[in-house]
Amino acid sequence: MKRVLLTLLGIAALGISAIACADPSVLRLATTTSTENSGLLGDILPRFEKDTGMHVKVIAVGTGKALRLGQNGDVDVVLVHAPPAELKFVAAGYGVNRRKVMYNDFILVGPASDPAKISGLKNVEDAFRRIADSHSLFVSRGDDSGTNKKELAIWKAAKITPHGKWYRAAGQGMGKVLQVAAELDGYTLTDRGTWLAYESKLPLKLLMQGDPRMYNPYGVIAVNPSRYPDVNYTGAMRFIAWLTSVEGQNMISAYRKHNQQLFVPMAITNAKSTHAAR
Amino acid sequence: MTDLWQATQQALQLLLTGNAELWHIIGISFSVSLRAVAIATPVAFVVAFLLSYTRFPGRALLVSMFNTMLSIPAVVVGLLLYLLLSRSGPMGDLHLLFTQKAMVIGQIVLCFPLLVAMGYATIAAADRRIWETAITLGARRGRAFLTLLHEVRFGLIATAIAGFGRIISEVGTSMMVGGNILGYTRNVPTAIALETAKGSFAQGIALGLVLISLAFALNLTVAFFNRRMEPQT
Repeated sequence: MKRVLLTLLGIAALGISAIACADPSVLRLATTTSTENSGLLGDILPRFEKDTGMHVKVIAVGTGKALRLGQNGDVDVVLVHAPPAELKFVAAGYGVNRRKVMYNDFILVGPASDPAKISGLKNVEDAFRRIADSHSLFVSRGDDSGTNKKELAIWKAAKITPHGKWYRAAGQGMGKVLQVAAELDGYTLTDRGTWLAYESKLPLKLLMQGDPRMYNPYGVIAVNPSRYPDVNYTGAMRFIAWLTSVEGQNMISAYRKHNQQLFVPMAITNAKSTHAAR
Repeated sequence: MTDLWQATQQALQLLLTGNAELWHIIGISFSVSLRAVAIATPVAFVVAFLLSYTRFPGRALLVSMFNTMLSIPAVVVGLLLYLLLSRSGPMGDLHLLFTQKAMVIGQIVLCFPLLVAMGYATIAAADRRIWETAITLGARRGRAFLTLLHEVRFGLIATAIAGFGRIISEVGTSMMVGGNILGYTRNVPTAIALETAKGSFAQGIALGLVLISLAFALNLTVAFFNRRMEPQT
């Protein structure tokens, strides 16, 4: 009996030490649900793992939470999309070596009847203004995610404070918010990747796209090793170097879902990033 | 660990300074769960009474069915209701999905088995002579039923409180059929889930404190009523 207990204790101790010491071959990456759910990471990470012999643990959460995980030293590297929050993160000393990686774009979707008449507009602020003026129902993420931050920035640029019965903050992920918008006949701002995954299941229509202000840049940041000496800083830097290399950028550019390119690389200026995402 | 301490301090501040959004969320929680218990309790007590005072084939099966449903997972209730209420579902025309009414329905389904099972135990433990005496004295059945309920009122109040406790802290159903919409269907448990996902822990802890103090208060009340009940049985 005693021996069994000792063995169990030994196993537990091993387990704890394995968690406590940074294993140089394991990289903990906090990223947004959009990179994970779109399938991009599943496509490019195996190549990185094969090239470097490292193993990447992906924690897919909202941008706010991802940065928080980095701030607490719970991960080694973050890949998120909210430039102002990213800059703040670096300025506060939580992260180092921020690099721009790629961008995708946001689109406005809504009911086929389009009560606010935004279909075909080229200016996203005009579209938001029409939705607000006509008091058409708008479903916001309301969860402090990158998409939510983008939406709030557009309202601000259009000089509108969205409130009232027509504005609903759902506080959930993109897929759920699309479902809520479909049930309530509302508009919502979504990233293209999630939209492609849900399009066939929903009565909503893509109504507006193409305004450069709807582009959504992703940045990668290593967690500051002088703040948390036990993070895998070398691994983080290898990941950043690979993601912004010609090879990494080409893989991002080549990734297709439903025959559409989702992400446009932007780490190397004259890579295939000169054209807009459609 | 400074993080946890700081967040708790901020949480207390939010609660004490009467943060409007926070208290509104707490209000929605109470309004939804009280409505659910108010609708479910009378029906559940009638069912509990019929189960203990009538004999019909399948009665034992029904009792064990309610006991099984005590442990039905909230997410399963949420999923079934979602499929029923969704626009493409059989009750889609009612436009109930992502409204407070949908949350009330979900919570009724969740607390009903508990109310029946506990109500059944309470009523079955009551002295049968209360019912018989009332009938002999010429009371109608409805009147005799109320007399019986009155005799075991403390146990029934404890039952209703336990039913309320079951649903006030429930997150799965509320999230799935409510949709966590701020000012409409965001209640305390879904707000905690959201605040944690956002990484803003102070609000989460504040709401958690509300739930914990509430659970404590409910437990004390149930214990109080259970003690009041003892001399009767």
